[in-house]
Amino acid sequence: MRQDLLPLVIAAIVAWLVIGTLGLARPRHLPFISRVLFPAGSAVALALAIVALFAMSSPPQAMVLPLGLPDLPFHLRLDSLSAFFLLLLGAAATAITLFSAGYFRSGEGTPPGLVCFQYHGFLAAMAMVLIADDAYAFMVAWESMALASFFLVTAEHRIPEIRRAGFLYLLIAHIGAIAILLCFGVLQGGSGDYTFTSMRAQILDGAWPSIAFFLALFGFGAKAGLLPLHIWLPEAHPAAPSPVSALMSAVMLKTAIYGLLRVTFDLLHGQLWWWGVAALALGLATALFGVIFAAVQTDMKRLLAYSSIENIGIIVAGIGLTILFKAYDKTLLAAVALTAVLYHCLNHAFFKSLLFLATGSVLHATHERSLGKLGGLIHRMPWVAWLALVGTLAIAGLPPLNGFVSEWLLLQAFLFTPTLPQSFVNMLVPVAAAALVLAAALAAYVMVKFYGVIFLGRPREANLAYATDAGKPERVALIWLAAGCVVLGLFPVNVIALLDPVNTLLLGSSQGDTIARNWLMLAPINAERSSYSPLILLLVIVAVVLLTMQVVHRYYHGRVRIAPPWDCGFPAQTARMQDTAEGFGQPIRQVFETFFRIERHLPSPFDEKPSYFAKADDHFWYWLYVPIIRSADFLGRVVGKIQQGRISVYLTYSFFTLLVLLLLVR
Amino acid sequence: MSATGLLSQLLQLAIALALAPLLVGWVNQCRAWLQNKSAPSLLLPYRTIRKLFLKDAVVASNASPLFRLMPYIVFGAMCCAAAIVPSLATDLPFAYAADAIALVGLFALARVFIALAAMDIGTSFGTMGARREMFVGFLAEPALLMVFFTASLISGSTSLPTIVDTLAHRELAIYPSLALAGVAFTMVSLAENARIPVDNPATHLELTMIHEAMVLEYSARHLALIEWASALKLFNYSCIGVALFVPFGIVVEGADWLAMLGAAPALIAKLVVGGFALALIETLSAKMRIFRAPEFLGTAFLLAVLAMLVTQLLGG
Repeated sequence: MRQDLLPLVIAAIVAWLVIGTLGLARPRHLPFISRVLFPAGSAVALALAIVALFAMSSPPQAMVLPLGLPDLPFHLRLDSLSAFFLLLLGAAATAITLFSAGYFRSGEGTPPGLVCFQYHGFLAAMAMVLIADDAYAFMVAWESMALASFFLVTAEHRIPEIRRAGFLYLLIAHIGAIAILLCFGVLQGGSGDYTFTSMRAQILDGAWPSIAFFLALFGFGAKAGLLPLHIWLPEAHPAAPSPVSALMSAVMLKTAIYGLLRVTFDLLHGQLWWWGVAALALGLATALFGVIFAAVQTDMKRLLAYSSIENIGIIVAGIGLTILFKAYDKTLLAAVALTAVLYHCLNHAFFKSLLFLATGSVLHATHERSLGKLGGLIHRMPWVAWLALVGTLAIAGLPPLNGFVSEWLLLQAFLFTPTLPQSFVNMLVPVAAAALVLAAALAAYVMVKFYGVIFLGRPREANLAYATDAGKPERVALIWLAAGCVVLGLFPVNVIALLDPVNTLLLGSSQGDTIARNWLMLAPINAERSSYSPLILLLVIVAVVLLTMQVVHRYYHGRVRIAPPWDCGFPAQTARMQDTAEGFGQPIRQVFETFFRIERHLPSPFDEKPSYFAKADDHFWYWLYVPIIRSADFLGRVVGKIQQGRISVYLTYSFFTLLVLLLLVR
Repeated sequence: MSATGLLSQLLQLAIALALAPLLVGWVNQCRAWLQNKSAPSLLLPYRTIRKLFLKDAVVASNASPLFRLMPYIVFGAMCCAAAIVPSLATDLPFAYAADAIALVGLFALARVFIALAAMDIGTSFGTMGARREMFVGFLAEPALLMVFFTASLISGSTSLPTIVDTLAHRELAIYPSLALAGVAFTMVSLAENARIPVDNPATHLELTMIHEAMVLEYSARHLALIEWASALKLFNYSCIGVALFVPFGIVVEGADWLAMLGAAPALIAKLVVGGFALALIETLSAKMRIFRAPEFLGTAFLLAVLAMLVTQLLGG
């Protein structure tokens, strides 16, 4: 086993920082930035992924960097959990950075050199979060990550909505950061030592472990987009440039999952069952909420942002299930659930960045983000369309692609629950499984809408006829991600073998049996219980398809007549008669009406120019955030009254404060 | 995988492919009888498929390759499902490649492809059909999974052979969980196979179409494959119902093809009864408005969840 992998990871981080700084040297020299710097960043990401791959099965390595404040050096550590998320970061960033090479252009907003700096700083900060081994280094990296991503989100800072979205994002990121800081405060348990090694050794008593867990759930949940702190996600993702949305959704949300796993399973001991129930309930509520909102979106990036909320919900539900099993000492089952969680993290990184990048290409080709003005792009942009189809099928959870594998594993974990000793939890599980399955089925609805409205049908606007396909680096990036979706879908046993050290690290139990049994057949507990072999499934489907084509063409004929589409006897059909995104989401809006705050304007029969308008908003904004904003405003006004802005008044205040202090101190 | 295993696997697939249109013919015939109409021939679906194969395919000018690929993929997925569903024997080699969850996934794959292809041409009917199909699917699919989960809680497995083995070896009695699951399954099957009260397979009336609206642009060999695939789907669902709720007579031990031929009459007898029941349901009920469909399917979903809860409470 290699011992010198941690320095390589640090080297990658330094390389990213150097690349970013080079971008600052010539901020407006686009060819240098897009042909040299971004491809170099992509190469570094690939190297990092390879290093992380080796580090997965290596023993933990630690290091102390003489950086930071005096007496507070950075402690760094690379274990399998960090390595797994570094692998995810590297693999996704390879493609996203390559895509960025062709994406960022000079124009409005931040100059490309500065974007390059912020972008690579963001990558470096995320990598740093994953290897930090004390609270100080972690928080420094965490905050740098938040800041870098804030600047990237507001790249087009001249648009007021984007500034607003960035502000909201920064605000919630900081509320989360405070909770994480408090969580570390609880975890150090009075020892005053903020290294993770010391936290690991602390045994907290009483309610403290629970407090730490819920602070972590809140803090990391704010970053991940858990209910009710999801509010920034659908604002920030559409505002950011597409590669940045991809990076945030695919990787940054996962750093929050990393943090949650690190705190829950590594730094805390003796997980309690009701933490699991809480995480499960919160995760499922988030998943359902996310997917229902995704179904009614009309902006393609907003739709994907809500879909990210759904996927994070599924991941957190899986973490809840893992905690539940761990609390009852069913470590083997906990390993199945944790495997599902990690697998889904990896899957989501691939298919979500694929789809975000595809929307980036569409955005570049058409300058249009609204689904209502797209359509028929499969003819103009075949590369993007067919590769996005892979991502669409994967995210809809269809066999034999990767999204299905993690959902399958998670459902298997659910079905094992009857062995738990507590009957209340046992009753809860069917309901939870039902919610999960409902969310997964709705995801298919959402993705058919997403893909069908953008790429299929007839173009809804005339200028779509001039859309051009993605360039070469973009295509390579999309192919890399689509290939990832296929490979992760077809070789689940090999992927689980790769993930398994994390199970051993966090739960002390491994999936060795699953891996040893048969590389072709995924069977988590034993083959009698359940088995799934995507490769055989795919081969059979492909064989049947080819055979059918052969037979049909040989024994009958392959004649085709091309004709205009059938107009049902109404010749004046236009592209506007297709379903819009709104129309496609309308049934969902109707069924789940109570979930939305709907503003609707229906035309009356006598309107000269009839117009229809419907807007589905988030209740949380009005129930939770608007009151907070109002009270903050109110407080601000009250405080404003004593702030007169005249120096004599302030001197009077000082005088009275002094008097009161003297009275107290005396 | 042994040669005999492969042979019995192919035998089951061949029987499914051959019998599927017959089942559709039988249902149509029963329905005609029940509605006092003169019945079409039992073999009419075969003739329709053959006639469609012989015609020239008409493809819309703005169709993408996805449109022409879809019938093959859907047909492939349904054949795959027919190989997995234990209709004649349980111990088939391919059955281990996909369990109950993967089977539902296969159905979903077919559904998504049909819906995407329906949106491809960009006619208002196509997109409307796609929307409605996904709308019905998003409730029907979880309900179907819940039915399977009830059975897997009883048998402790999601693998279809094990489920059917366990259910076939239980004492003959009415189990409350299975009764609830059975009702839910019936409702789901009606919706998934585009039957009354959710959809009407015999109409092209715009207000009621779901499945037919999606395949409106298809003709000739493409349509033939789609028709055959939907017949296979009905056959698959019927076989799932038979395997879960009346599994008696299925070959459990080994996959001897002689034993499988022996099991065929039992299966056919059960399908004859099932087909008649389907025709009866279709005759007795009226088509619902599309917005009543969620209520209908929501009921199915809740019944299936209830079945799972009952299983947890009473242990099956």
